[in-house]
Amino acid sequence: MVEERVRVVRCGGSLLNFRRAVFSADSKYIFCVSGDFIKVYSSTTEECVHVLHGHKNLVSGILLNPNNHLQLYSCSFDGTIKLWDYLDGILIKTFTVGPKLHALFIPPHAEDSVFLTILKEDPDVFQLVSVKLPKSSSQNVEARERTFVLDYVNRSPKCIDFGNEGDYIAAVRDFYLSVYFLKKKKTCNFTLPSTKNKKNARNRFTCVACHPKEDCIASGHMDGKIRLWRNFHDEKQYTYTCLHWHHDMVMDLAFTVSGSSLLSGGRECVLVEWRDGAEKNKEFLPRLGSTIEHISVSPAGDLFCTSHSDNKITVIQRNLDACAVIQGLVKDRSISTGLMVDPKTKALVLNGKPGHLQFYSLQGDKQLYNLDIIQQEYINDDGLIQIELKKAAFSHSGTWLATVEQRQENPSELEMQMKLWVYSKKTQGFSLNTKIAMPHDDHITALCFNNAENYERPMLVTASRDGHFKVWVLADDSDIYKKAIGWTCDFVGSYHKYQATNCCFSEDSSLLAVSFEEIVTVWDSETWELKCTFCQRAGKIRHLCFGRLTCSKFLLGTTENAILCCWNLLSCSLQWSAKLNVSVLEADPYSDHVAAVMQSAAGSDLFVFKPSEPRPLYVQRTISREEVQWGVFVPRDVPESFTSEAHQWLNRSQFYFLTQSQCLLTFSTKSPEEKLTPTSKQLLAEESLPTTPFSLILGKHRQQQDARSSETSENELVQLPLTENIPAINELLHTPAHVLPSASFLCSLFVNSLLLSKETKSAEEVPDEVDMEENKDSDDSDEENDVTEKAQETHNTDLRDDVIHQLSKYEEKELRKFRKVDYSWLAAL
Amino acid sequence: MAGYKPVAIQTYPVLGEKITQDTLYWSNYRTPVQIKEFGAVSKVHFSPQPPYNYAVTASSRIHIYGRYSQEPIKTFSRFKDTAYCATFRQDGQLLVAGSEDGIVQLFDISGRAPLRQFEGHTKAVHTVDFTADKYHVVSGADDYTVKLWDIPNSKEILTFKEHSDYVRCGCASKLNPDLFVTGSYDHTVKMFDARTNKNVLCVEHGQPVESVLLFPSGGLLVSSGGRYVKVWDMLKGGQLLVSLKNHHKTVTCLCLSSSGQRLLSGSLDRKVKVYSTTSYKVVHSYDYTASILSLALSHEDETIVVGMTNGILSVRHRKSESKKESLPRRRPAYRTFIKGKIYMKQQDDIMINRPAKKHLECYDRDLKSFRISKALDRVLEPNCVIKTPEVTVSIIKELNRRGVLANALAGRDEKEITRVLNFLISSCDCGFPSASSWHWFSGHGSLFYPLHIYLPVIGQSPVVDKKFIVLQGLVEKEIDYQRELLETLGMMDMLFATMTRNGSAPVSEHVPAELPEGKTTESLCQPADADKSS
Repeated sequence: MVEERVRVVRCGGSLLNFRRAVFSADSKYIFCVSGDFIKVYSSTTEECVHVLHGHKNLVSGILLNPNNHLQLYSCSFDGTIKLWDYLDGILIKTFTVGPKLHALFIPPHAEDSVFLTILKEDPDVFQLVSVKLPKSSSQNVEARERTFVLDYVNRSPKCIDFGNEGDYIAAVRDFYLSVYFLKKKKTCNFTLPSTKNKKNARNRFTCVACHPKEDCIASGHMDGKIRLWRNFHDEKQYTYTCLHWHHDMVMDLAFTVSGSSLLSGGRECVLVEWRDGAEKNKEFLPRLGSTIEHISVSPAGDLFCTSHSDNKITVIQRNLDACAVIQGLVKDRSISTGLMVDPKTKALVLNGKPGHLQFYSLQGDKQLYNLDIIQQEYINDDGLIQIELKKAAFSHSGTWLATVEQRQENPSELEMQMKLWVYSKKTQGFSLNTKIAMPHDDHITALCFNNAENYERPMLVTASRDGHFKVWVLADDSDIYKKAIGWTCDFVGSYHKYQATNCCFSEDSSLLAVSFEEIVTVWDSETWELKCTFCQRAGKIRHLCFGRLTCSKFLLGTTENAILCCWNLLSCSLQWSAKLNVSVLEADPYSDHVAAVMQSAAGSDLFVFKPSEPRPLYVQRTISREEVQWGVFVPRDVPESFTSEAHQWLNRSQFYFLTQSQCLLTFSTKSPEEKLTPTSKQLLAEESLPTTPFSLILGKHRQQQDARSSETSENELVQLPLTENIPAINELLHTPAHVLPSASFLCSLFVNSLLLSKETKSAEEVPDEVDMEENKDSDDSDEENDVTEKAQETHNTDLRDDVIHQLSKYEEKELRKFRKVDYSWLAAL
Repeated sequence: MAGYKPVAIQTYPVLGEKITQDTLYWSNYRTPVQIKEFGAVSKVHFSPQPPYNYAVTASSRIHIYGRYSQEPIKTFSRFKDTAYCATFRQDGQLLVAGSEDGIVQLFDISGRAPLRQFEGHTKAVHTVDFTADKYHVVSGADDYTVKLWDIPNSKEILTFKEHSDYVRCGCASKLNPDLFVTGSYDHTVKMFDARTNKNVLCVEHGQPVESVLLFPSGGLLVSSGGRYVKVWDMLKGGQLLVSLKNHHKTVTCLCLSSSGQRLLSGSLDRKVKVYSTTSYKVVHSYDYTASILSLALSHEDETIVVGMTNGILSVRHRKSESKKESLPRRRPAYRTFIKGKIYMKQQDDIMINRPAKKHLECYDRDLKSFRISKALDRVLEPNCVIKTPEVTVSIIKELNRRGVLANALAGRDEKEITRVLNFLISSCDCGFPSASSWHWFSGHGSLFYPLHIYLPVIGQSPVVDKKFIVLQGLVEKEIDYQRELLETLGMMDMLFATMTRNGSAPVSEHVPAELPEGKTTESLCQPADADKSS
């Protein structure tokens, strides 16, 4: 493999709940913004069908094209509006507007103009403008012409809605509701009566929704009230009715398509359906997991979906039955457990939903499952002190999982529980084995299992601020009736009543290192004798870890005063130390490398070194602007084979880290295109249907075939991704067959065009093959496509570019000619 | 979507004895029936055949009791001196007994006069038994000899003079007619074979052997003597399998349960212990009023009979299976049960099972619909407080977690406040010395605090005021306890500080566990004090 630059790559997906999700016209697909991309999900199978790439900054709004429901408009912070064909995942057009676009609105009967929210000079003043999208056949269109519509609007798209076939715009901001009538060009402003004297009243507007048929505006408020405004054509004679069920802020409102009922949601995690706008007729869908951020309704009216603060989209049927959940990596709360790897599934494990551990597959880039740790009804309320999952640890082979949860109302009352979970092979999941109430009298600062579990009994060590560390062992309950196996405390150790801050087992588990504030103590794990102590007097110990493999005789520690120390356990002396303000120290379990992330004002730097020598093997500056909170080495499925010393640490494992803003990042040597660009999936609409056993068999068969033929038919395969990159071919393929000239006519054209390219080996077959291949591929699974494409890309990256270039030009010219033919041949028939 | 998760009821480890299957089984006996005998009851033996009468040897008499009879149904009293070891034959027809004068007598159950008299021992015969072929009797005597007698001829067949002290116990094999075992005060247990004239196996018990027992399979031998019960593996040539030391006085009698799974031993320390024969751990034990000399279990463990030195025979009968009284309740018709169940699955059908409906407790149903006051009322009902206080504590904790405890407590009248206070008082009162009390308290601590809301109404009701004063007294008492405890701990710490490090390690475990207890209570007492002062 060619040595390449190592770069930081984002993974784990972005927030799915940034904006309202949008349904396709037939409710088969759900679109949602996800960072710079738009994701297309199937609403039945929850699978991601396409990822639409192209925006250079956060996508801030998506809407279906009202004139063509197979197309999708999107706007982004990069100042462009893009038009997509979502079925095939193709970018059709780009309209460049200029300024940062915050929201996109398209009234139902607008011919070619869209409404956008843009920033008006001040830091927090936004205005609504309309932009006419010029008709042009070219791909990139400038649309700089803006007409001002409304000033002082809220930046959130939830605060603006178009009512009654686009007659008026309702916008809310703070305590004002303004209705702008497009035809009359008149604005009516309404304020709530009680707000005039009380500045900080809680009935500030939060969201607005317009009735699709009638002249009725629903507005949501901070205090949980929903107001239905009518007769708002007159500033004097307006009326409103109040609906009150929510006890906290109304996060979003939506009318159903027929307008018969109103949906509302908020922090209570309950979707409320108000029938006929009456307070009495309410339906609830409770326990949706976390705060409802957005509600959207499918154009067909059969489905709703709610976006939640835990990065989740729930698809709900008309009768208020949740039918699908699209779950991303939960980033709602602070990560207190740190990053872990489940040795069984190789999934990344961290705390996710409140009280749950989430298992996130990095390969599949989706959540595997949530393990309910706290097992209590979740009540989401402001100012409520929840039981929080604080620590978790896996045993070496993944058979045992230890979790610590706690709730602290005031300093003297600490509720803490430690739970030990055993992996049951039968159910393929974790089940609760032991529950220990108050394992320590104060916060547990660290817990770790011993490494050698296979031939010895597992052992768990917990270190606590109460100045003790406890050793827990798996014990037979000396019960002759049932083999009750549980964990009991075996040893309690302390060192001069200092707070225990870290604990760590050596690789062979013969030694346990526990740090007590500034002092590191090393204990024999057989007899629990204190073997030796290290003290550097350089502040409290922040991290502690043993070296691995050849460096297992070294113990590494970092201190608050920015010193990284390495002790030799054989000589019991300090081997070396370095001045580094380390925020994350992680040892690779499969090699002797240790990664340290240094914190500085400019950002975080990564150092990779071996404990045996104080010289870093690899340094990467500013891996992130923010502080790196956690890091972990995840073993690779297939080891890489970098030979250079600087890259060797990437061979067996991959280093993932989490920054303060909860971005999950990793290091990769692959080019960003390869990693990030769509491995253009040739998936047709039917592809999103559930996979049948037949398709699985077929897919497998194909995979084998492909593997066999990959060497021989490399050239053939090269053509595949090209097809949809060439607009001419695209156009050709997407023109209905009955308006095209006959295939034989086109064929020679194709053949000629392809003959120009360098490879002429199998050129004759190619043009026909293109279609066939495409159909074939449509049966295949996504992964397989990835594989083939990656293979191509690595081998032909240089070759491809100019081929595309040549072909596209030529093809386009040819096709133009075609159009000019004016299809006179049709008359001849 | 996830359903409602019921409140997890915190279970606290039960202190003291664990309730196991064995404790349930062995305590399922009625209160013992006491029968007074004329002297120390040296032997009790059950007839192996129905109606499972039992022979009790005491002083110079042998009484035969029926299973439930208080009075003997038959008495053999033709002994000149103390009788010993009345034993039934396997068919229950014959009874053999030794006596102080050295004569072994054989009785017919229906007769009165002895059928046979075996004379040959010169001293008291303490042990007799029938061999497996039913035609011989083995006897051991204080003249150090063991003799084998033939019943038809009433003749002595063999004499073994291998013991060097009194032979006080013996047992014939149930399988082999020629094998029998005797235990002697010379600390040995010897196995004899009637086909040879020597012992075939000898094991050293270490103490004067009081009782021996062969397992029905003949593979294991149990001997008791001194404070020890020892189990020997006969098939391995008399290897010691396990030595049990669970009594603190001489173990006098042994007995196997009818299933052979449990071994019982009675001792002079007035206890009967039940061991599992797989792990040889004590699974249950009985207490008696006097030192135990003899012990017997009837068929199917229906009756335990224990004879004691003071001549009292204690008879325990198993409780009969309590029949469920079938209430005359209207049950659903039969067709309700078979509805849909008789449908046979066709080949292409896909079975869809309806998820079982989750049953929620009343308080969970209330909490599910946020009826917090009602949920609290429910768990403060005297029935719940007395029977399942842990439910009450858990619900209070749950309400506190939801941040609505003050709301749930508010708006109560005198009667209801009294109920809350009663709960606090009863739980403060009961479990203080126990270690788990602090868990209890962490639950109640949250309850103490919102009582503040009743501060303004203090003094309006004498009933409530009285309760507050009681509560205050209890809390003050507890604080005193805690202070004393801390003082003691301090003293202990000082003592341990002088000792080596290793010695102090286990103690340090206790120290922190107690410390916060004191703190919590102190912080808890404030509201109560405040109530008082106002």
